[in-house]
Amino acid sequence: MLNEIAFYLIAAVTLGFAVAAMALRQLIHCALCAAAAFAGLAMLYLQLDADFVGFAQLLVYVGAIAILIVFAVLLTRNDEILPGSRRSSPSWLMGIAAALLVLSGIALPILNSPSLRHAPTATAAAPVKLIGVELMTHYVLPLEMVGILLTAALLGAVVIAMREEPETKTQSRPPAARRVETSEVVSQP
Amino acid sequence: MNPLLTHYLVVSALLFSIGFAGAVARRSAIIVLIGIELMLNAANLNFIAFWRYGAHSEALTGVLFVLFSIAIAAAEAAVGLALVIAIYRQRKTTQVDGLDRLKG
Amino acid sequence: MNALDQIFVAAGRWMTGLAPAPLQPLVAMALAIAGLMAVFGTCFAVTTIFERKILGRMQNRLGPNRVGPFGLLQPMADGVKMLTKEDIVPFSADRVVHFLAPLALTVPVWLAFAVLPFGRNMSAIDLNAGILFFFAIGSASELAVFMAGWSSQNKYALLGAMRAIAQMISYEVPLVLATIPVLMAAGSLSLTDIVLAQSGTVMGVVPRWNVLTPWGLAGFALFMIAAAAESNRCPFDLPEGESELIAGFLTEYSGFKYALFFLGEYLGLFAVTALAVTLFLGGWQAPLPALEWFPSWGWFAVKFSALIFLFIWVRATLPRLRLDQLLSFAWKFLVPLALVNLFVAVGWWQSSAWHFPAALELRWLLGAGLLAVPYVWLGQALKSGKPVQHHYSYAE
Repeated sequence: MLNEIAFYLIAAVTLGFAVAAMALRQLIHCALCAAAAFAGLAMLYLQLDADFVGFAQLLVYVGAIAILIVFAVLLTRNDEILPGSRRSSPSWLMGIAAALLVLSGIALPILNSPSLRHAPTATAAAPVKLIGVELMTHYVLPLEMVGILLTAALLGAVVIAMREEPETKTQSRPPAARRVETSEVVSQP
Repeated sequence: MNPLLTHYLVVSALLFSIGFAGAVARRSAIIVLIGIELMLNAANLNFIAFWRYGAHSEALTGVLFVLFSIAIAAAEAAVGLALVIAIYRQRKTTQVDGLDRLKG
Repeated sequence: MNALDQIFVAAGRWMTGLAPAPLQPLVAMALAIAGLMAVFGTCFAVTTIFERKILGRMQNRLGPNRVGPFGLLQPMADGVKMLTKEDIVPFSADRVVHFLAPLALTVPVWLAFAVLPFGRNMSAIDLNAGILFFFAIGSASELAVFMAGWSSQNKYALLGAMRAIAQMISYEVPLVLATIPVLMAAGSLSLTDIVLAQSGTVMGVVPRWNVLTPWGLAGFALFMIAAAAESNRCPFDLPEGESELIAGFLTEYSGFKYALFFLGEYLGLFAVTALAVTLFLGGWQAPLPALEWFPSWGWFAVKFSALIFLFIWVRATLPRLRLDQLLSFAWKFLVPLALVNLFVAVGWWQSSAWHFPAALELRWLLGAGLLAVPYVWLGQALKSGKPVQHHYSYAE
């Protein structure tokens, strides 16, 4: 009983924040609502007994990706939202219609199939030790590939977002290049 | 009574379509990227739900898939946002309508 | 001995037994929460007054000494001041985000106290992935700092917030890397298992705490430095430096919201100090078997107070680091040292099968030597060669 109430509450909150993230006008509000939606999803993972994934979702999505999005919004501000500008593209109605089509295409088969209406299996545990063993035995190749991918992405992101100063030396930092400005401002007497 | 598998799958489908609507209908490139992240999260929820409610949950396939998916989504968000910042420096705009140099 | 040790656990169980059966899980949870809030709220009040007194003494002056005997009732005065101050919100500020930022900071920090073992059988929840929960919750509070800085619509606040986030993200990496050898040693991410893995003694005299191994000592130093930076504590308190940016991201907060931020910052410090005690100093365990008569939560309190005193001492002693110095310290010095520490830890375990005489001394020498070489080399390499030119201009 408590499980079901908790599920409906968390799902409603997550979907509400997701709609807000896509619909609000100010970009920062969208980013913060998206972070809240990610946190709601982490709680859904915890309800599904996937502890490690839930905490990893909090750590990565809320702790890193949300902050990345917020920094990107701050670095690309036009500083004036012109009163006449539209936040949605001219064909936004077609976009919403396409989304509704996608929703019906996915949700109707789910709702119509009786084989999906079963209760959870008695015990499903994902102990961290077992995840570690699996990562090091059956999934070691994907693990190494993800390591290489993350390194390449890190270097690529730094190179792409690096501010190119023609005369002075560039400092390579993660994509918040504004830090270069602040240190230059502060260190001048 | 516990929520059934159908509930989780419907939530995942709704989340996916919300992300899709935002990614298609909004003009700002950053909102498009947020929509993509929401779609990835919806797919992850799907995997975990099927792992929990399905057979052979001791094989941990769903959990590991989602772990890798989270890592790859992080890498993709970093590179995507770096691209948005670089494009902003050149074109002074993040609206996707204005990025049509290769058109026609 | 045992009765005093388990007095809180027994009291909790008795009080839960008084409640009707279906409500018992909720009552147990509520009791644990109430206990934690009471203890750490008092700890916060006591720390504020003792910090000011100790800082004063180290700076050759008395601390606050007006309110109560020796100034010990100062927290009451501070509390009354904070609660009765007018709550000013700037006209152009974003009211919703401005209101939610202190909450978004304080709630995750309270959550982090749930997994810490304060004594034998005394952790509120024993999660399988306890330490990952702790770090995840810690990273969730960074967004609150940004919310505070941005919603004030104040250039200085935004600048302070961005500096604070840059600092917190940069120092998360050495923090997590310093704890990885501990996790490998204990073989588990659960904090109670980590404490239990540090039980026993070597040769009956030296406790098996992680800090008394070469990798543990270096890891402890790295962890404490990264923890000070994570809690925006001197010498890393640039985001809220009074002489730099007024109050950084806290500039536009007054009254109760400022009190919440203050509380959140100190609670974060307590949580991370308690984690340091658990990971490196053996948690609630007594150093020697002969000293086990002192209750386990008492030992935890003693070690905890010692580390808090260490933080206050460092605050009184060291000057503030500049932002670029801070960031290069994290990325160019601490991260490589943390990685070398990982290798030294693995070397320590691989050589634990050595049993010839003087094996322990040789292992210590090898471990410490392998750590000292990058330490000295990196220190020399990161020093800028030429002396810094200071340009002073005086009013004529």
